[in-house]
Amino acid sequence: MTQGLPQNLPSSDRQLGSDSVLVNRYLIQDVIGVGGMGSVYRARDLHFPNVVKLVAVKEMIIQTRDPQVRETIVLNFEREANILATLHHPSIPRIFDYFSHDERSYLVLEFVNGKDLEDVLSQSDTPLPEDQVVRWAIELCDVLHYLHSHTPEPIIFRDMKPSNVMVNQEGHIVLVDFGIAKTFRVGQKGTMIGTEGYSPPEQYRGEATEQADVYALGATLHHLLTKRDPRIETPFTFNERPVRKLNPAVSAEVEAVVATAVQYSPQDRFPTAIAMKEALISAGTKTGILSRLSSSIVNVKKEETIKPIWTFETEDEIRGGPVFDNGLLYVGSYDHNMYALNATDGKFVWKFPTDGGIVTRPAFSEGLVLFGSEDGLLHAVTARTGKISWTYTTGGPVRCSPRVAEGHLFVGSDDGYMHAVNVLTCRRAWTYDTGGPVRSMPFIQGDNLYFGCEIGDVLCMDFRGGIRWRFKTKRGVSSSPVFHKGAIYFTSLDGTLYAVDGKSGWAVWRFRMNKGSISTPCVVDNFVIAGSADGFIYCVDAASSKEIWRFKAEHQVSGSPVVHKDSVYCGAADGNLYCLEYRTGRLRWKFPTGGPITSSPAVYNDILYFGSADHILYALLV
Amino acid sequence: MLDFIRKVFKSGDDQQATKPTIETAPLSDDQLQVVAKVEISLNPPQFAVGSGQSVGRQRDHNEDTLFALTAVIADGQRDLPIGIFVVADGMGGHQHGEVASSAAARTMVEHVLTRLYPALFSMTGNGLEESIQEILEGGVKEAHRAVVRMAPGGGTTLTVALVVGEQVTVAHVGDSRGYFIYPDGRTQVMTQDHSLVRRLQELGQINEKEAMSHPQRNVLYRALGQPEPFRPDINTFQFPAPGYLLLCSDGLWTVVPDNEIFRIVTSAKSLPEACNDLVAAANEAGGPDNISVVLVKYLH
Repeated sequence: MTQGLPQNLPSSDRQLGSDSVLVNRYLIQDVIGVGGMGSVYRARDLHFPNVVKLVAVKEMIIQTRDPQVRETIVLNFEREANILATLHHPSIPRIFDYFSHDERSYLVLEFVNGKDLEDVLSQSDTPLPEDQVVRWAIELCDVLHYLHSHTPEPIIFRDMKPSNVMVNQEGHIVLVDFGIAKTFRVGQKGTMIGTEGYSPPEQYRGEATEQADVYALGATLHHLLTKRDPRIETPFTFNERPVRKLNPAVSAEVEAVVATAVQYSPQDRFPTAIAMKEALISAGTKTGILSRLSSSIVNVKKEETIKPIWTFETEDEIRGGPVFDNGLLYVGSYDHNMYALNATDGKFVWKFPTDGGIVTRPAFSEGLVLFGSEDGLLHAVTARTGKISWTYTTGGPVRCSPRVAEGHLFVGSDDGYMHAVNVLTCRRAWTYDTGGPVRSMPFIQGDNLYFGCEIGDVLCMDFRGGIRWRFKTKRGVSSSPVFHKGAIYFTSLDGTLYAVDGKSGWAVWRFRMNKGSISTPCVVDNFVIAGSADGFIYCVDAASSKEIWRFKAEHQVSGSPVVHKDSVYCGAADGNLYCLEYRTGRLRWKFPTGGPITSSPAVYNDILYFGSADHILYALLV
Repeated sequence: MLDFIRKVFKSGDDQQATKPTIETAPLSDDQLQVVAKVEISLNPPQFAVGSGQSVGRQRDHNEDTLFALTAVIADGQRDLPIGIFVVADGMGGHQHGEVASSAAARTMVEHVLTRLYPALFSMTGNGLEESIQEILEGGVKEAHRAVVRMAPGGGTTLTVALVVGEQVTVAHVGDSRGYFIYPDGRTQVMTQDHSLVRRLQELGQINEKEAMSHPQRNVLYRALGQPEPFRPDINTFQFPAPGYLLLCSDGLWTVVPDNEIFRIVTSAKSLPEACNDLVAAANEAGGPDNISVVLVKYLH
């Protein structure tokens, strides 16, 4: 059982006052919660002076005086914080930072603007509506499944209850108060983790399993649907108080799911959170709850809350993607210039003029910035000064982003050749005639080079310029292949997203979109995400080619998606940069620009950089 | 690595010298075991395979079908190991069961090989007409028609693994299983059992004990030859390297637990012996049903 808040706090356990600043970075604004181990504060991150970035700072006060125990506690805390920092899920607050000082440890987390379910319930005169509870329950099963599937060790939440579940502004749930605090309870005799009333019988023997979380979730749902607080009832008596006896408005199907989850013996419950989710979905489908849900409108974060931390205007369209290297951001413009900017504030450092538009992304090697231009040349410019080092001539406009590997630069040209150039000697190693313009940035895996060309072929070459295989699509391939677990993924103007075996060059699967695509896919977990001219951003299972979700933009999606943490960012011809949850395709926000976005954004240090045809390069804090 | 690249860029002729010459055939099983233990690299990469089958202790005839074929083509430009492995578990009483599983396996393999041939033997490097997943999906449909035609009233499970390079594409209907077995102790089931009782168990409707004695414990909700429309599960995975691919009928997995399967597979001298030991373990556990196993290892 959870220990109550210590009543007699020693003087060193005082709360931080508002306006105090932690580690020169976090300005404490307010206390938003008090727990057994210390307080939770809302704070502003002062590292981002131009925007208000709010974070939650959770304080844990070390209550022992024994230096050895204290050291163990801090080590355990840091270990747990490191595990939590690897979690990326829309229903888990992100961890930004942690530190220990002054007999306290702090965890800096994403600030969840919302209410916890205990507050929601206590402010309601009646039990919560069934459809709402089922929707939240499905999300809770998802996040429990995510934790339980964590490798190498599954994470058992252990403390599912209404007060540990927040509902954010968008109406989605977020799990808060991770078991991290439990590392601070070592040494207390008879310690129990979990909250009496919600915890299953076996947790009282110190066992924590997936089914324990399933039980606690069932108990939480029982509470939400009946408004009968389990903490004041005899333990383990849920099934003596069936949901419908207390709230006849609930369907028999949902009642049955709750009843299974709160079975006394773990083996009588759902074996996994996923099994419980399936049961909820089938109950929801049978009763029609779920069809009502899909039509419910999801509130989207207001556009005006997303503000660039800086912008930089060039004299023509920005069609290629920016790249970060060594503190500088490099971006080419159709105004013929390659620009180098300070990545933190967007200040101009240098520009290098060419005789043609630049539509590609530069590469870096040996202190050089390497990029092609529609003037037909490949330019190698010193990164520090912006002075020319050498040029290499191709027989046509260069609309292919170069790739560097093993001291060589590989770049395609509209002259129909793939060129391999030695970066140090600036000599040609070989060229290969593909039969059509090459605009697809090569991907290098092992000693294989994968790229597409405008006659519709995708080629696999070795570093000597020998061809391993050639795969035919029906229209041009301008997207770049992406290699993941033995296969390459790319889109074609023939309207197909392909998975092709990297060794044989045989298609593993084909996924049809309604129109052609030049969007380079990105692969994350087991998802392949790509845009299409049919206006959708698609997310496809890499193993089965089954569609996971699709998101409709207002116009063609020729930009390439990028995943950062739990979001995917993708620009579209409607001028919007979209931010979606990558697991669900749910819109988080969109940022409008004055022209189509055709390239792939870049993310460094939590800042998203992208250019638009409105000539402007944007830097957004994400 | 850089030396290698420099050589590669200077002239193609040097390349031969950089490749270790390894005598790959004929290798006895013992030699293969030695090779696998010291983890030297084999060129070209290839599949080793074993298989085992038994009628079991309680049935009077066999209704399972298994199939295994491996090939390798290596010409310097592209080294390509290929394998096709099938386990089918027939049902439907006298005569029909074995006809159903045999028809399904043969039809499937014929369908796949017919489509692989042109791509394998084309000198222009052209690939397949369809994707591997489309070929397997077509094969399952063909196999289903063959079962309906040749074994009316019968049915069969069908689990097919087509391995090309390092990718395994598995088409699956029924309650035979595909496993990945990793040397670090993990055994991972990559197929879902299309069994009613398993489903009830997953949904928490019945417990394991009830499942063992459930009157419908042998009922599949998806099988070839059944009148209900179905879709096979088709998924592509990376072949575990190092590790094994195991296909088996329920005669093995219902009586031999995962950790025992792992122990047998990793301690046997060779793949055929491992399969023999797996079958023996199932028989020792009562042998309630026909047992079929196919075990594959990627040597590279």
